[in-house]
Amino acid sequence: MSRDDYEVVIGLEVHCELSTKTKIFCSCPTEFGGEPNTHCCPICMAMPGTLPVLNEKVVEYAVKAGLATNCKISQNSKNDRKNYFYPDLPKAYQISQYDMPLCYEGYVTIDTEDTEKKIRLTRIHIEEDAGKLNHDEYGRGSFVDLNRAGVPLIEIVSEPDLRSSKEVDSYIRKLKSILEYIEVSDCKMQEGSLRADVNVSVRKKGSKEFGTRTEMKNMSSFRSIVRAIDYEAERQIDILENGGVIEQETLRWDDISGKTFSMRNKEDAQDYRYFPDPDLVAIKLSDEYIENIRKTLPELPESRIKRYIADFELTEKAAKFVTASKYYSNMFEEAIKECNNPKAVSNWIMSDVARILNEEDKEPDEIPFTGKDLGELVSLIDKGTISTAIAKKVLEEMFKNPEVPSKIIEAKGWVQISDEGAIKEVVMQVLEANPQSVADYKAGKDKALGFLVGQAMKATKGKANPQMLNKMFLEELKK
Amino acid sequence: MELYEFTVHELAEKLEKKEITSEEITKSYFKRIKERDEKIKAYVSTLEEDAIKKAKEIDKARKEGKKLGKYAGIPIGIKDNMCIDGTKTTCSSKMLENFVAPYNATVIEKLNKEDIIYLGKLNMDEFAMGGSTEYSAFFKTSNPWDLDRVPGGSSGGSAAAVASDMAPWALGSDTGGSIRQPSSLCGVVGLKPTYGLVSRYGLVAFASSLDQIGPITKDVEDSAILLSLISGHDEKDTTSADIDAKDYTKALINDVKGMKIGIPKEYLGEGINKEVKEAILEVAKKYEEMGATIEECSLDVGKYATAVYYIIACAEASSNLGRFDGIRYGYRTKNFKNLNDIYRNSRSEGFGPEVKRRIILGTYVLSSGYYDAYYKKAQKVRTIIKEAYDELFDKYDLLLTPTSPTTAFKKGEKSNNPLEMYLADICTVPVNIAGLPGISVPCKLDSQGLPIGFQLIAKPFAEETLLRAAYTYEQNTNFRENKPTFKGGNN
Repeated sequence: MSRDDYEVVIGLEVHCELSTKTKIFCSCPTEFGGEPNTHCCPICMAMPGTLPVLNEKVVEYAVKAGLATNCKISQNSKNDRKNYFYPDLPKAYQISQYDMPLCYEGYVTIDTEDTEKKIRLTRIHIEEDAGKLNHDEYGRGSFVDLNRAGVPLIEIVSEPDLRSSKEVDSYIRKLKSILEYIEVSDCKMQEGSLRADVNVSVRKKGSKEFGTRTEMKNMSSFRSIVRAIDYEAERQIDILENGGVIEQETLRWDDISGKTFSMRNKEDAQDYRYFPDPDLVAIKLSDEYIENIRKTLPELPESRIKRYIADFELTEKAAKFVTASKYYSNMFEEAIKECNNPKAVSNWIMSDVARILNEEDKEPDEIPFTGKDLGELVSLIDKGTISTAIAKKVLEEMFKNPEVPSKIIEAKGWVQISDEGAIKEVVMQVLEANPQSVADYKAGKDKALGFLVGQAMKATKGKANPQMLNKMFLEELKK
Repeated sequence: MELYEFTVHELAEKLEKKEITSEEITKSYFKRIKERDEKIKAYVSTLEEDAIKKAKEIDKARKEGKKLGKYAGIPIGIKDNMCIDGTKTTCSSKMLENFVAPYNATVIEKLNKEDIIYLGKLNMDEFAMGGSTEYSAFFKTSNPWDLDRVPGGSSGGSAAAVASDMAPWALGSDTGGSIRQPSSLCGVVGLKPTYGLVSRYGLVAFASSLDQIGPITKDVEDSAILLSLISGHDEKDTTSADIDAKDYTKALINDVKGMKIGIPKEYLGEGINKEVKEAILEVAKKYEEMGATIEECSLDVGKYATAVYYIIACAEASSNLGRFDGIRYGYRTKNFKNLNDIYRNSRSEGFGPEVKRRIILGTYVLSSGYYDAYYKKAQKVRTIIKEAYDELFDKYDLLLTPTSPTTAFKKGEKSNNPLEMYLADICTVPVNIAGLPGISVPCKLDSQGLPIGFQLIAKPFAEETLLRAAYTYEQNTNFRENKPTFKGGNN
């Protein structure tokens, strides 16, 4: 059999830190960083006798996430204890949700190469994050930092509907985009606020049964997720092709070697002894509560796409691209207020902005300038103050040293030459220096005009107004 | 008469009249502790220096005419599983032998507002698991009526201290009878409030869905006073009821006419000592004389309560006690090479046998494959027991039972037979399972001179009915004329 006879099946558990101001069960700040053990109190340090009090914002945010991903919302839900020992888990149990999650049976739609695909969500539940262990490099021990202990998380569990690493990439991007739109999480993967456990199995195409799956825990970058899935699928297919059997196990992805390693197998699987947390009362949500949250949902991508096509005459491709990220979309809306040129703005986002981010391996939330700045850039082109070529250089500069475009242009002396006298002078010089081209043009070789314009641009370091140059050359050549 | 012999309401009256000072009261108690505690061993730690300093401050404030609470300057003893900021909270366990609490329990915050003074922390069965205080990791407490006998438990230190005048009153905690049973065995009044009436914040958890803090006092009036001071909704405990604090002394009316009291026959049957049974019937007769109606009733499902209790309590305990892992505080083994050793050895060395037994039991009943058969089923039966009580309370204002099937037993008699020890709770456990309020009131001495207590049970949040009936009994009888003899203690 060949590799093409196999199908990869992937299911994801995405953990997302909610951006509430305080932790899920106490009033400590959720802020990232800080000296170890400075964002904690007797409650999140699990001092004897302390009790948790559920932060209502966490429920609100989770319900928001559920509504934005087409989930049903449970009116009756509860918190459960997941018991296990680890030094970063001070209570020796994590308060999570076991059999009655807040949200269930939802879906998100992703774009695949040729079509759209619905990825079903099994559930979304709330839980607390654990602390962090800092291992001493010199082997003097490990240090427990509980700043993150008790930071609220939602876990979004998908059905095994994903069929390639590419789909997984689109799925996570879509989730991230939705969560950013509804402002329940900053989704900063580099700070670990979006992490995924990835379940991978393979099966022969056409098979109804799932293969045995392996799980890779705590993946926190798009690139490693894609690489890990591709590697793991290959590994599993190799085993099957060689007559082997896949073992159900938890794996660790090593980004440096590009391989997965076994952490523990099924026999070592922990028994978490889930049971309802007796310290917390059941979560009961009224219809009214849920409807009120629904009303606060911002405009989501699907609706924005329609509006951009209808109101701004963007192509479907452009509308989808611009709305894929809240940061793009908000930048777009801000920019067009400034320049009133939606097509140009969307083109800038799709081409140069995206290209630079990609080159720098950054995400749209890391764009260092505002939509207003981008709008100004476009209007400077429209007004003829700078050429498109110069604008590209200005944009590069905006990424490096965030500053308003007009200031950059001024500082660099990149203002376009639109003075008729100055342009005429350059045109005359170029004509004089290139008699052969003049002769060619007059002999009917239109291409020669382009060469002459290029020479004039070169002489002005790209600052000459290209329309005026064209016009003036034509006039002179007619003489 | 020595100051330590008075009840709190008597002391408060004397303070108000400026006949005595808080310093005198406090010193009187420490004098008494020095005289008696060598034999009784009720206190795990005392806070003499702080207490006297605080007493002087309050006396000064009172002298200056500052507005103070009615019970300002009255001392109290606290069971050693409630956190007082900056003092040791050991739960009578090696695990927490040197643990200094970094915060105050809500009950302590409330008592601080009233300027109550802390005498010290009282001995208990380790982590409140036991019925004799013999499972304290430090030492056994003696019963003031017979030093060779146990004071009951787990709040044995609290009950023994109040019975022997080493504290005017004390706080205990009750998960399956831990306030009422030692109160009965020591001849004092013990009240377990309705689950949710008193905040559990700062009470080191044994079984979260059953634990309740409550007063152990010399008489019913003091019980009503202390309940008024510690109850009321607490936003730090989401299981605390949305009920404002109130003055329970208003319920102290010497009249039970028209009250209907049921006696569940199952609690006067097999396993109940003959003298205890007779005493309860006498109490019933007394209530009848005072104008209440008494009727036999049945709580058949009550027989499942002990099984349900040991499943639910141990399940919750196995999880609650996970945090004692030797990592952040508490006992850490010296004998380890890796993380698993730290966990295994710290917990093996730090916990006593009864605690370990319950952790193992609780871990088992929550294990995958057993959860439905044990924990889930126990929760279902718990609901059935609650419903059975609801039905009884449609008919009766109160239920009357013994508090303990026997009077105080000899040290060592049951400590090596856990199952027999568990049966010491049969009369009290169902009340926790159903979350009801229950009070134990002393009624007479048995033929060996040991106190017998009766238990009254009311529907949720009917503490006023409970207190009124207990008060009426007390006003019309004279148990308090009996004093502990401090006999024995030579072996």
